Amino acid sequence: MKRFFARNAPAYVFLLPWLIGFFLLALGPILASLYLSFTRYDMVSAPRWIGWGNYEYMFTRDRRFWKALEVTFTYVALAVPARLIMALGVAMLLDKGLRTIGLYRAIFYLPSLLGASIAIAILWRQLFAADGVVNQVLAMVGIQGASWITDPDTSLYTLVVLAMWQFGSPMLIFLAGLRGIPRDLYEAAEIDGTPGWRQFTRITLPLLAPVIFFNLVLQTIDSFKTFSSAFIISNGTGAPADSLLFYTVYLFNEAFKFFRMGYASALAWFLLVIIAAFTAIAFFTSKYWVHYENERD
Amino acid sequence: MAGLTLRNVGKRYGALSIIQGLNLDIRDGEFLVLVGPSGCGKSTLLRMIAGLEDISEGTISIGGKVVNDLPASKRELSMVFQSYALYPHMSVRKNLAFGLQNFKVSRTEVERRVAEAARILQIEPLMDRKPRQLSGGQKQRVAIGRSIVREPQLFLFDEPLSNLDAELRVQMRAELASLYARLGTTMIYVTHDQVEAMTMASRIVVLRGGKIEQLGTPQELYTRPQNLFVAGFIGSPKINMLQTRTTRGSGKTVVSVPGMPDFAIPELPADDQALTLCVRPSSLRVGNGDVTAQGTIRLVEYLGSETLLHIALSSGQVLLATDNGRTPYRMGDPVTIGFDLSDLHYFDSAGQRIEPIQKESQAQ
Repeated sequence: MKRFFARNAPAYVFLLPWLIGFFLLALGPILASLYLSFTRYDMVSAPRWIGWGNYEYMFTRDRRFWKALEVTFTYVALAVPARLIMALGVAMLLDKGLRTIGLYRAIFYLPSLLGASIAIAILWRQLFAADGVVNQVLAMVGIQGASWITDPDTSLYTLVVLAMWQFGSPMLIFLAGLRGIPRDLYEAAEIDGTPGWRQFTRITLPLLAPVIFFNLVLQTIDSFKTFSSAFIISNGTGAPADSLLFYTVYLFNEAFKFFRMGYASALAWFLLVIIAAFTAIAFFTSKYWVHYENERD
Repeated sequence: MAGLTLRNVGKRYGALSIIQGLNLDIRDGEFLVLVGPSGCGKSTLLRMIAGLEDISEGTISIGGKVVNDLPASKRELSMVFQSYALYPHMSVRKNLAFGLQNFKVSRTEVERRVAEAARILQIEPLMDRKPRQLSGGQKQRVAIGRSIVREPQLFLFDEPLSNLDAELRVQMRAELASLYARLGTTMIYVTHDQVEAMTMASRIVVLRGGKIEQLGTPQELYTRPQNLFVAGFIGSPKINMLQTRTTRGSGKTVVSVPGMPDFAIPELPADDQALTLCVRPSSLRVGNGDVTAQGTIRLVEYLGSETLLHIALSSGQVLLATDNGRTPYRMGDPVTIGFDLSDLHYFDSAGQRIEPIQKESQAQ
């Protein structure tokens, strides 16, 4: 044991910052929240053990929990494909070889840098307000725009559009993936008279599948955790009519508005289960649609 | 099958000219090899014929029809790439059938052609494998099979054997030659390997700097290279080049080569002071000849059936000579080397071939 530490001491010294961070800042709160999810805890008095009570309430009596799930699932189902399609489309345009590609890459990445910020969420609220820029533009072509953000029927879609706009990070990954597909394959397809659409579906998509898979998993996780934009646009309430009651917004309100920290912990753990389940499904199904060039047989 | 005509064909990338004013007639059913050093424009020319590169100037005609503005798929040709360009996610069978499915070929016809190509190339047991499960030679066969199923007028090969090991290259070379004999389709083959060019071609085009240096049969290129570049490029081991000073007088032309006694050569049409004389290593021998010189063996390379001797003249110039595999010579041995005047190739100071007048009058 002594020899083990003597031999590996330098490694542990270098690992120390991470180890301290993980054990104090991550593992501690993770385990604490797991414990708290089985308690009633208002952050003032001591937690009181209630067993599965929080989970039972969540699944059987909490109507807003189901609403939050519905909103979040709808958002994930729309925002993830929308963002991935947008990212792939832009990556393909850039891959066609714009001269000042470095500059374009930086420009296209900007929304992703800005997109998660509070300022952009506020800007978004202004854009899609009843008298916002979107409606002013629509009015110029004679269309009476809706009250996008305050109408429960359309509010979620404004956030989907915002998600689409934040395509930078998956776009860069797609671009790297597209660059990795040998040009020869397209030239061979061209000589064989393969139309552009067939080249896309039969060559680009299958060869890009590992990258699509990677982006799909990351973006799904990211979308389930969407918080700041929904919080700002809904004024922190999930309004109008709970149409923006994202799971994370609901969780935040339970924890820091109503001080039901035990219940909020249970909500957080269930979100973890949902994300883990989706990731597991993606990994399980990947063997049917993801082709790896260097796969072992 | 179709012949191919190139008229004043040029290719430029901005100010950079890759190919200039190239004229070439490729006969119907010919196996033409484009050979040259890296950057000579041979692959670019092939890609222009294929329709993968625009033509900056001139015209390319296939079967008498100008194809400059025709897309690659309408030129009725197929191409085998250096990298094989097999679709990694498709089985061999799907790789073979993929191109045909774009041409409204019936399913039974696709199956027939795929089966026929598989039989010709002996890849039937591999049909359900993915490219990653194939060896280099097998991949190459599949790539050729993908070309065959198209039943094109013209086959294009872009250095198809350069990714294979030496043994497989020899084997595939023979298979390609027999495939050509069997199909009889016009084939254009790009390589930088002059052995490939010599062994397979009906005719060879030697390219340098985007220009044709010589066009001819392998025998013509070897026995009558038109310039010093072709003389040096074709033939392995490389031809010996002797820089000379010539003096003329009393009906004789005498040449001085550093490290060799002066000797008379037949009369030449050019009145050039600085000739280059070339002699193939196979024509240079240890022993006597019309011309002899003293040298020292610097290196003996044993190749099995023959031995390559590196012989240094007193001037320091090293000449190559081939001897049989049982050569008695060792490094450091002093030797007399010799060659016959009839084996010499003469080039003027511009590097262009000149023929001795005497030879022609003798021939008549």
